[in-house]
Amino acid sequence: MGDNRQNSIGYSLPPVWTKLKQHAVFPHFTHDERARYNFLSNLNRYLSTVVAPGVQVAYERRVEPAFKAEHDRTFENRHELREAISRDAYYQLWAALRRCTMEMRQQNGRAAVLRQAEELAQRVQETLKGHEDILRLKPGFKVPAYLRHVDNHLMPGSYHTEYFEGDVANAANYDSGLFVTSGGMLGSLTDGGGRAIAKWVRENYPNFKPKRILDIGCGLGHNTLPIAESFPDAEVWAIDAGAPMLRYGAARAIALGITNVRFVQMDAEDMSEFPDGYFDWVQTTMFLHETGGKAIHKIFREIGRVLAPGGLTLHIEQPQYTPEMSYFEQFMRDWDAYYNAEPYWGHMHDLQPEDLIEEAGIPRANFLQVGVRAVNDLDKPNGTQVREDYGRSPIWNVFGGWKPK
Amino acid sequence: MKLNDIVMASDKSKGARPYFFDDPMAERVMNIAMAVATEVAVIRERIDTIERLLEAKGILTQEEIEDFVPTDEQAEERQLWHARYTARILRIVKQELDAVANPEDNKPMHQIADEINEM
Repeated sequence: MGDNRQNSIGYSLPPVWTKLKQHAVFPHFTHDERARYNFLSNLNRYLSTVVAPGVQVAYERRVEPAFKAEHDRTFENRHELREAISRDAYYQLWAALRRCTMEMRQQNGRAAVLRQAEELAQRVQETLKGHEDILRLKPGFKVPAYLRHVDNHLMPGSYHTEYFEGDVANAANYDSGLFVTSGGMLGSLTDGGGRAIAKWVRENYPNFKPKRILDIGCGLGHNTLPIAESFPDAEVWAIDAGAPMLRYGAARAIALGITNVRFVQMDAEDMSEFPDGYFDWVQTTMFLHETGGKAIHKIFREIGRVLAPGGLTLHIEQPQYTPEMSYFEQFMRDWDAYYNAEPYWGHMHDLQPEDLIEEAGIPRANFLQVGVRAVNDLDKPNGTQVREDYGRSPIWNVFGGWKPK
Repeated sequence: MKLNDIVMASDKSKGARPYFFDDPMAERVMNIAMAVATEVAVIRERIDTIERLLEAKGILTQEEIEDFVPTDEQAEERQLWHARYTARILRIVKQELDAVANPEDNKPMHQIADEINEM
């Protein structure tokens, strides 16, 4: 029971939470805490497959017609549309429920993790014994302003808050709950993004043998490890601003038997400790939309600097908003930016990826862009895919390019 | 360091919380109701676990549960429980009814205070 497969009644069930692989530094969840997450997974699935499609119906049948009747024209941008739809009772119900599940997910995860925070910190420390060289934190490190300014996806304290010396609570909370918000669609280690990009690179560039790989904004390394696993001879550097994430990520990597990744605390706007041309591959995965409007340009200039001639840079993100994308779809994709506390998401998706890649010193002729789908080990061979849910389905836009030799 | 997990679990994230309903009070009630709905699911899952473990140990079967009919005495105990449960849940409705039915016992507290002051 409980895989991503339609059952006899034609309703797709999310996997039960116990399908999430419990590694050696994973927090302990009681029976009731697991049940709470199971409820939330199912609530999310119901919202995304049954309730959310109704928002489009309400939009088409009454929000847009009412606006047209009043203004004698349709919407001219997604912001105008937001104003109008915000007064629609059905939209309000969906939005309130969606916000509610996000908050409950955080509350439930924190309740489970905070009560064992000390023990988790200890376990991480013990796991890292003899592997101290793979983790480097910097006393007095200054967390970038864009991270301190908001708690991304409503996670109180975000990636960087430490409740005590050696704390990993927020990382453990993140690790436990991503499976719930993604409905298990990222696989048993919630690493479907990393697996997808590793597979795509291997298949498309079989002769590409990177010696050094950099993953920027690695978080706890969910998507770094599949890359490290696929390129076992490469030296992989995973950088992030959040100490709890790095600490937990390093221990998690060891617990999962992956030893070619080092986790370093670093601000991606200033990677001056890496020499020019140090990396053959620079990767980001769902990171750029959590940066800032000025930072993103500095980051791309730094990427261009640390990338070796002939090297590859790739960035997994949600699709950019294009003139062909309806305002309704833009608005729905924008929803998380406003209401799931990922405020840069909306602005970032107005940028042109070609321009960003050019800022990294890669000419437009070398620009590449593809769509990839998560590689999910929980998918059954005869599985059916759950419908697209405005940026929450495991289908992403990958853009990047090869730096000229 | 021991963290106050009971309080900290419900910390608010940065940024003003959006309220989608016209009346924020309705949204507040809905959020509490959804949390209670979660706990009902948690209890249901725990009972399911117990039933399955009891079945695996040969102590009872799902059929026995489905086919269970209480004796008259058991039935009365159950119905009594349901009646009290319903009364607890609908306490506020009953109290609003009392207010309508007995206006003499429903004066504002400041008025009662003033009256007591004269007693």
